[in-house]
Amino acid sequence: MALILNNSAISPGIFKMTVAFTGVVKPGQFFMLRAWDKDPLLSRPISVHNYETGQLSFLYQVVGKGTEILSQLQTDDEVTIQGPYGNGFPEITGDLCMVGGGIGTAPLYYLARHYREQNPTGKCRIYLGFRDSAYGVDAFEALADEMILDVGGIITNKLVVLASETVVTCGPEIMMETVAKTVPADNTVYVSLEAHMACGIGACLGCSCETRSGNKKVCKDGPVFVREEVFNV
Amino acid sequence: MSKCLETKFNEILFKNPVIPASGTFGFGREYEAFYDLAKLGGLCSKGLTLEPKSGNTGIRLWETPAGLMNSIGLENPGIDAFIENEWPHLKEIDTVTIVNVGGKDEESYLTAIEKLNVIDAQLIELNISCPNVKAGGMAYGIKAETAGEITRKVVELSRHPIMVKLSPNGEAVADIARACEDAGAQGISLINTLQGMAIDYKKKALVFDNLYAGLSGPAVKPIALRMTHQVCQAVAIPVMAMGGISDWKDALEFIMAGATCVQIGTINFNNPMAPIEIIAGLETYCINEGLTNIGQVRGIV
Repeated sequence: MALILNNSAISPGIFKMTVAFTGVVKPGQFFMLRAWDKDPLLSRPISVHNYETGQLSFLYQVVGKGTEILSQLQTDDEVTIQGPYGNGFPEITGDLCMVGGGIGTAPLYYLARHYREQNPTGKCRIYLGFRDSAYGVDAFEALADEMILDVGGIITNKLVVLASETVVTCGPEIMMETVAKTVPADNTVYVSLEAHMACGIGACLGCSCETRSGNKKVCKDGPVFVREEVFNV
Repeated sequence: MSKCLETKFNEILFKNPVIPASGTFGFGREYEAFYDLAKLGGLCSKGLTLEPKSGNTGIRLWETPAGLMNSIGLENPGIDAFIENEWPHLKEIDTVTIVNVGGKDEESYLTAIEKLNVIDAQLIELNISCPNVKAGGMAYGIKAETAGEITRKVVELSRHPIMVKLSPNGEAVADIARACEDAGAQGISLINTLQGMAIDYKKKALVFDNLYAGLSGPAVKPIALRMTHQVCQAVAIPVMAMGGISDWKDALEFIMAGATCVQIGTINFNNPMAPIEIIAGLETYCINEGLTNIGQVRGIV
């Protein structure tokens, strides 16, 4: 159980929850969240939006019964969190280009912060795409050397990747696939996948995905993969 | 630890009657981060087939009210890889080990069973009831006649005791259980998942590539309890019951319906500690009720 420090809407249907937590948390990892007994039956896998000592935050979209219940929790309520799970993003050296779409921007914030701390002289460019209205952009802006924002269009149409950059993308599958297929082969591209999950720990095989080296579990082997593993590029 | 939960399933002694169900527990490794697996009554492997299987394509999970539909499709490394990579780890755990085996035809069942003769498992759970793939054997498991035929051949070939895992999707389950008993099965387990269907109205499409899928979780418990009761009335061999058990009270109800042991499935995904909490709950129940052994309430209804 974790104590909720804050849980509020930052945009219509988009909530940020901060809970008390101390541990080792990598960018790109996720937790299984639950604030109910057996209905809904499963916990919800939610990516880490930010972690600073003692404070762990999640940015999530209300899409169903589970996230609806999460959104109604108040400060000082408790939420069950299991994790952190998943491999997370690798340490990135050199320059970084991030491409986020919608709620897929959530895990990129912690990555950007971590990258800044580790690479004070590295350049960080951030592409963010939203369907209806943008959120969380100010926080990214403070970390970015360059911000490219798109609302209502197709963010990947604006994407220009530099030779020095490692690319990281998270968002709708079609967006990640476009990034995977259009970024020059010399750049390394990491994609962070989403999947229906039951256990979150690699036991149920509900989130298996086909890769070049056989089936892998999004929850345990991922959610971060190099593009060649999961897309035909 | 007291012995009030010690349970004999034929000649096999379980330290308690609580075993995580096949397919919800991998080969146990993932849950070692939560507790010592030796606390369990037993361990049951993920469903194995002769050849490795990559499982079904598309969405594999769909949550329903108090339930979960799955279409995993028996993804597994195959019998040979299991014997080489998983068994050496599994056999060292101080608990009863059960190996779950499925097949697509008689030959694949029998070859798999023969290969397993080289290991010393305490029990084989013969899966003739996976609804999600042809290789799951449900074609055998929905008719008493074919269930009995495959059971007889497996029992003859195997050096392990055979417990047959039954489907709730076929003929009267008590008839199937009787046919398996007549064919030499040393135990029955039930129920596998109930075949269901899901449609995504927003996409105007089927949810599962494989059309139908298996429903499990608390939603199916009353059906599983009824079927357990019917089978326990019909056969003399012991029954290992499952279907929506989510706490010690559910587990107790299945024992009262006649089950010797219980398997804990879908609730592992909701609460990884569920089997341990169920064991503790049953123990406390025995103490509070003054029972020297849980068997005193078995079949009491």
